[in-house]
Amino acid sequence: MLLGNERKWTDYFTFCTDHKVIGIQYLVTAFFFYLIGGALATAMRTELATPAPDVVTPDVYNGLLTLHGTVMLFLWIVPAGAGLANYLIPLMIGARDMAFPRLNAIAFWMIPPSGILLISSFFYEPPQAGWTSYPPLSLTTGMLGEGIWILSVLLGGTASILGGLNFLVTILKMRVPSMPLTKMPLFCWAMIATSLLILISTPVLAGALILLAFDLIAGTAFFNPTGGGNPVVYQHMFWFYSHPAVYIFVLPLFGAISEVVSVHARKPIFGYRAIAYSSIVISFLGLIVWAHHMFTSGTPPWLRMFFMITTMVIAVPTGIKVFGWVATLWRGKIAFTSAMLFALGFISLFLIGGISGVMLAAVPFDIHVHDTYFVVAHFHYVLFGASVFGIFMAVYHWFPKMTGRMMNEFWGKVHFALSFIGMNLTFMPMHELGLRGMNRRIALYDPQFTDLNVIATIGAYVMAVSTIPFLINAVWSWRYGEKAPANPWRALTLEWQTLSPPHIENFEELPELITGPYDYGLGYTAERDPEELYAHAVPAPAS
Amino acid sequence: MQGSINTAEGTLNLAQEENAAVSHHEEHPDHRLFGVLVFLCAESMLFLGLFIAYITFRLVATEWPPAGTPELEVLLPGINSLILISSSFVIHKADTAVKNNNVGGVKTWFAVTIVMGTIFLLGQGYEYANLEFSLKDNLFASTFYVLTGFHGLHVFLGLLLMGAVLWRARVPGHYSSENHFGIEAVELYWHFVDVIWIILFILLYLW
Amino acid sequence: MNIPSPILTLLVGIFVTIASLWYGQNNGLMPVAASQEAELVDGLFSTMITIGFGLFLLVEGALLVAVFRFRRKDGDEGDGEHLEGNIPLEIVWTAIPAVVVLGISIYSFDIYTRMGGLELMKHDMGGPGKMVEVAYAADAVPGSSTSALGELPLEGDLLESDLSEGELISEAGLGAPVEMADSALSINVQGLQYAFIFNYPDGIVDGELHIPVDEPVELKLNAQDVLHAFWLPEFRVKQDMIPGQETRLVINAIREGTYPVVCAELCGPYHGGMRTQLIVHSAEDYAAWVDERMAALDNGEVIASLPTPAADKTDAEYLETFVDPLQLAIAPESLTALRSE
Repeated sequence: MLLGNERKWTDYFTFCTDHKVIGIQYLVTAFFFYLIGGALATAMRTELATPAPDVVTPDVYNGLLTLHGTVMLFLWIVPAGAGLANYLIPLMIGARDMAFPRLNAIAFWMIPPSGILLISSFFYEPPQAGWTSYPPLSLTTGMLGEGIWILSVLLGGTASILGGLNFLVTILKMRVPSMPLTKMPLFCWAMIATSLLILISTPVLAGALILLAFDLIAGTAFFNPTGGGNPVVYQHMFWFYSHPAVYIFVLPLFGAISEVVSVHARKPIFGYRAIAYSSIVISFLGLIVWAHHMFTSGTPPWLRMFFMITTMVIAVPTGIKVFGWVATLWRGKIAFTSAMLFALGFISLFLIGGISGVMLAAVPFDIHVHDTYFVVAHFHYVLFGASVFGIFMAVYHWFPKMTGRMMNEFWGKVHFALSFIGMNLTFMPMHELGLRGMNRRIALYDPQFTDLNVIATIGAYVMAVSTIPFLINAVWSWRYGEKAPANPWRALTLEWQTLSPPHIENFEELPELITGPYDYGLGYTAERDPEELYAHAVPAPAS
Repeated sequence: MQGSINTAEGTLNLAQEENAAVSHHEEHPDHRLFGVLVFLCAESMLFLGLFIAYITFRLVATEWPPAGTPELEVLLPGINSLILISSSFVIHKADTAVKNNNVGGVKTWFAVTIVMGTIFLLGQGYEYANLEFSLKDNLFASTFYVLTGFHGLHVFLGLLLMGAVLWRARVPGHYSSENHFGIEAVELYWHFVDVIWIILFILLYLW
Repeated sequence: MNIPSPILTLLVGIFVTIASLWYGQNNGLMPVAASQEAELVDGLFSTMITIGFGLFLLVEGALLVAVFRFRRKDGDEGDGEHLEGNIPLEIVWTAIPAVVVLGISIYSFDIYTRMGGLELMKHDMGGPGKMVEVAYAADAVPGSSTSALGELPLEGDLLESDLSEGELISEAGLGAPVEMADSALSINVQGLQYAFIFNYPDGIVDGELHIPVDEPVELKLNAQDVLHAFWLPEFRVKQDMIPGQETRLVINAIREGTYPVVCAELCGPYHGGMRTQLIVHSAEDYAAWVDERMAALDNGEVIASLPTPAADKTDAEYLETFVDPLQLAIAPESLTALRSE
């Protein structure tokens, strides 16, 4: 049986059920929306360069912030995580595809309409109530825009549920027989945790949005106080999804970084079990912390205390991970590849977001900074510092596997330097802004905050520029980059034990587990290039 | 390397021979039923969210149901519920039948279940037509219609799925005692819809 | 240089400790503390920033050291040490954060209690016409199964307070209850797009908040249209204003001056313009202000300090009023509605 590994470019525009094609479809689509979300952010920062609402009108500004949040979360980070999971899970566990390939393709093909719908709303009547879409405000800013927002998020949510279902079943049921759970790459552990969160919490968001849609379109009053409804119930339902969602955004990257630091430092991951189980603990705790977003809403005091403690406790499993990564680097042989640089950036930035997260959990302090730029700074350190840095890290690391070409390291480093500087310039001053009294989601602000806002705006431009080297590097390397060997990083996990890019059915012969995923330093050197193993399997032309 | 048929130093090579015998296109075991189960768990979170919203609305309200809401009639919906719940037993007969390779029995029992489900939906339609409150009247009315309507939608979907099974069953040999995922999946779904209804009925009519 | 590692560790420890203690005290990030609550919160903040800064230095320091000491030499294809973990070390770094966050939780809990967060207030409903919807009222009913939360002092408080009919507990808010003494000042705050309207006792209505220093002041918060949040950055207190559900805050000013009042919950396009000021007077000045306002009231003036959008102003000109954030901003239609009331 000859197995080709060449794909026609047109395959990527079809309803293809190959998990690798779907993975790349997800990643490229997500990146496209990242560019849009970034453009929206740049427009917002331009507006905020001066205190007055002089670049765009305040209602347009609210449209920008709503779309920025929604696009970045639901159309960039979630699909990018799903893309990585789709590409990597079957390869890592030695399966030929996902458990439900057709369902997988269906899930992906919900993303483009969801995104196009959402973006198109901007040209008519953008939703203006923020990505949280709190009623009653969201019921008053225009039915069409808000309706489109709801529909778009429901579509994205459904895609996410179907994806999560697929990941969970695939990881649990499709591993090569010789791979017990405790020999799985940590990325798979992280995806189990992520999938559980998706499956448990996303449907509740769907419930909230269905009720909100009734309020909006049919005129019921579930969340509208004028008809006897209760807006706080929406907040509970929303955050029951949207806090776990933060872990849905970041856990896949926690998994990915565990792969990257180990390979590029050539040392076993420090504390495999602790890191693996902490993902599961995070996903469990993540389900019972949601009301810390509502400390100033009408929440009773005992509820505030309960959620404060659960939120604080999440710092423990998260800390285990961070310390584990640092200890993995310690006494390793660290190669300064772009992937490693982004991993280092990830750890150092996520640390800041984690510390401010613990601070925010403390109710009395949260009461002061809730809904201020301190919170904006905090979640961008987590979502940009960890998630986005993590996604770029993963792309640099797995690009050779996905395309069969190496990325240019020099431009990767330029990309890293610009992102890291831009990110800190933009978001570090926001901590102080929030503490000093600048509330978030405002198009016009107190002139005393101008200086720090100008710095943030400059940082945002640097971040915008940082995308250009990446984009050019990715496109150029895809076409003309240096040919990648099957295992350029000399890694031990299964995805590297096949061709780059892999066969259409992943492995010529299903691999047999010989080592653990991170058994560096035991002499398992690649004595023979895996390419050689498959030398007899001449890539057949794509049929 | 974690895998590969490489013989590196210190290999713990396990059962290599056995593995090599497995061909490339081995069918992986059928995980669809497990998938359906996981999906139904997720789906039940959707209903759980709605139930908890209802319970919260009710607990928070100073008066429930809000003043002027007419009493709900329990008798007719009660009979309706009994029909729906017994249909769960009927559909299970189909499962037993297919395991005995009796596809004819499957057709019969599915048809009976469809009839029972349809009666339930018609009964609910009749109730809607005779209720003295409408969707927008108050919070109770809104939750009542949305919850029962959403459940009704699931019942309707179940009827369509059963229709699909019947349609496929007309081809001889499509279902057999070995191969009957569709039948099991629909049965599972139908049980799920019934359980949801029991909770709904208790919440809306009896509590 | 060959410093023995225990001494090096000790030196690093001393440096990190001193640096974080210094930063905790001298970060200068918080604005003026103008209330008792603010001083409490600032204490918590400096504790957390001390710990956080120390942790930051340690982890980033370890990263930097690793990056410089353990970089791969050119041409080195070998692996690092095969070190899969270290159980005692892992226990230590699990236990220490656990203890730290529990400590912070307990400290926060204490601060929160001292800010009056757990005090429930008997709240008069003011007749059947003015029903107040309270979130989770069922929890507030003593003896109901859902109210049990043994560890917290809440339950005890609940059982002690005798609830008579017509009284509800307003659970949402912050601040020790003002004893229902006649001297306690209670102000109704109405939030609407895009202004705060303050209703003082004796019928004074104002667009700015005037309070006396060194006296507890109770603010009863309501919203007319959408969610707003009442935030006093210099007082470190914030509470959402929810339509149909009264919430409240009790503040204790300790420093005279003028401070911003900010809406912190997205409430529409001009959310950023929904600001006004809080003026903390000395007791005499406050009395003088009340007298002045009473006199104006007798002259038929209804609301002071609201900008009057002149009929000939264009939209753009009107928007300019938002550039100065301390200027009270209010949408023309809301203003018209208010005036006609």
